[in-house]
Amino acid sequence: MGRYLPHLIVGLLGLVFVAIGLFAGRFVLYLTMRVMLLSIFALGYNLLLGRTGLLSFGHGAFYAAGSYGMALFYLHVSSDPLLGIIAGLALAAFTALIIGFFCVRHTEIYFAMLTLAFGMMVFSLIWNLRDITGGDDGLVGIGRGPLLGFSIAKDSQYYFLVLFCFALTVWLIHRIRSSAFGLILAGIRENPQRTSFAGLSVKGYRLAAFVISAVFAGLAGSLGAMLESNTDPFSAHWTHSAEPVLVSLIGGLQTFSGPIAGSVIFVVLRETIERFTQNWMLWFGMILLVIIMGFRGGAMGAPERLLRRIVRKSREEGAS
Amino acid sequence: MLESLVHSCLAGLSTGMFIWLVASGLTLIFGVLGVLNFAHGSFYMLGAYFCFTLLSLMGDNFWLGLAFGPLCVCIVGFVMERYFLRYVYHLYLPYQLLLTFAFVLIFDDLVKLIWGAGSIGSPTVPGLAGSVLITGRPFPTYSLFIMTVGPLLALGLWLILEKTWAGRIIRAASSDREMAAALGVRVPALYTAVFVFGTWLGAMGGGLAVPYVGLLTPGMGETIIIDAFVVAVIGGLGSLKGAFLGALIIGLLSSFGTRFIPTFDMFLTFILMAVVLLWRPQGLFGEAS
Repeated sequence: MGRYLPHLIVGLLGLVFVAIGLFAGRFVLYLTMRVMLLSIFALGYNLLLGRTGLLSFGHGAFYAAGSYGMALFYLHVSSDPLLGIIAGLALAAFTALIIGFFCVRHTEIYFAMLTLAFGMMVFSLIWNLRDITGGDDGLVGIGRGPLLGFSIAKDSQYYFLVLFCFALTVWLIHRIRSSAFGLILAGIRENPQRTSFAGLSVKGYRLAAFVISAVFAGLAGSLGAMLESNTDPFSAHWTHSAEPVLVSLIGGLQTFSGPIAGSVIFVVLRETIERFTQNWMLWFGMILLVIIMGFRGGAMGAPERLLRRIVRKSREEGAS
Repeated sequence: MLESLVHSCLAGLSTGMFIWLVASGLTLIFGVLGVLNFAHGSFYMLGAYFCFTLLSLMGDNFWLGLAFGPLCVCIVGFVMERYFLRYVYHLYLPYQLLLTFAFVLIFDDLVKLIWGAGSIGSPTVPGLAGSVLITGRPFPTYSLFIMTVGPLLALGLWLILEKTWAGRIIRAASSDREMAAALGVRVPALYTAVFVFGTWLGAMGGGLAVPYVGLLTPGMGETIIIDAFVVAVIGGLGSLKGAFLGALIIGLLSSFGTRFIPTFDMFLTFILMAVVLLWRPQGLFGEAS
């Protein structure tokens, strides 16, 4: 029985998400979509941070590339959401390929500083090239055309597109983590020298992880642009780049579900605290302190260990 | 034409010296403790607010505010190092950075709680308020003052680090922590002292910023910290000489950038940062390890 527990949990959570889409009010619907977008962003991001061991402070740039790519495509070419998302993804991947090509030459603090520099370059371009990007106003009036003949104009309809992308991301990230590729990334994190002695191109794999994580950031960005119907230049700013780092950390860097749990905590906490006080950052900062000082496994560290133990035990019982 | 070039130069130098005041503490802390402190911008902000409050309490005396404000911020720095940062030195890099980032969030909101979310106009300094004529155009006296304080600070830091007993110990601990500890240096206490001193430098930068930037806003630390990062990186992380020269370069670059290519002004700064990181990660003036 225990060995199917993970499937059971995933199935139940899936049902909860579908139920929210069918029955929840507008506010809960919107919040859940925000949670899912942040999850997509952070799940991809954690492939780089938790898996490959690279701390990027510039992933906001790829989120922004996704949103501006999508928005520009909508405003100038076509209102088809699928093509728009693809345009966003393509722009994010392209930007990441260029930026990553330079950044993977370094690790640790120099990598963090390089990504910060490139991220802020993208921010300054968005900020200053008013004619193309709308400057500090961003691009406004992004609508949602029909998707393969189905209308997604209403939030309750759009929700299922976001849910689909979210589920796809979870599945893809799970596949990547358990693939040979994912194991090589973990090898690079643990010992880059040995990995390179094994005949693997460490830089090449780092670049691949960088671009893949950026594509997920771009997916979150293009879906975000459609959700808010505008783009925000500050999505490329370094303060936004810090968000997936925080979320991964809250959930647990070395876990699979950490970024999702972290996103739920982040968004829900923000909404709850903001109801009572203006100063949600103060409380959030204190929670961060507690996590860093005392609970470095993150929210999902202990539960995932427990789950793995149950699965292992029941497999052993089944075998004997 | 010539006088406007002279003024661009002067503006660049004063901006550079202003960033240097903040970047010096950041660089010192990184050089000795190896921690890149996001909260250094918060020390700058707290310094500005504390100086402002104290100078209003003490009959608008700017110098008294400047003398006592940064000392109050030192207490904050002490608590942060002694009770938090000390426990994460041995950890994975993200934890250190995010710990300092958590403090940024906390300090930003505390400032909003205490002083309000709006901006506060700052008083002028008697004697340094006006402007002087240089090549026939007015130039703020206070900027000239900053341009004097900057090099003086650099000289002072150099004297402390190179010529005093304390400076020797700091240099020893920064080049080999374990060896220094083996020779009887109380490294943890030294780290706390250096961090508090770095805090004081950041807060001092904030205090001096009060009349320079004119407005106090709760987010003021977030802008300056990135400038300070850029400067510290360009000069070579941990090198004070590099940070000083880096600050001059960035100051001039942004002043001439604003003048000739305003659209790409900010872009230019970050491209320089990236180029330096790629081409000479040890910084323009750092030595390769």
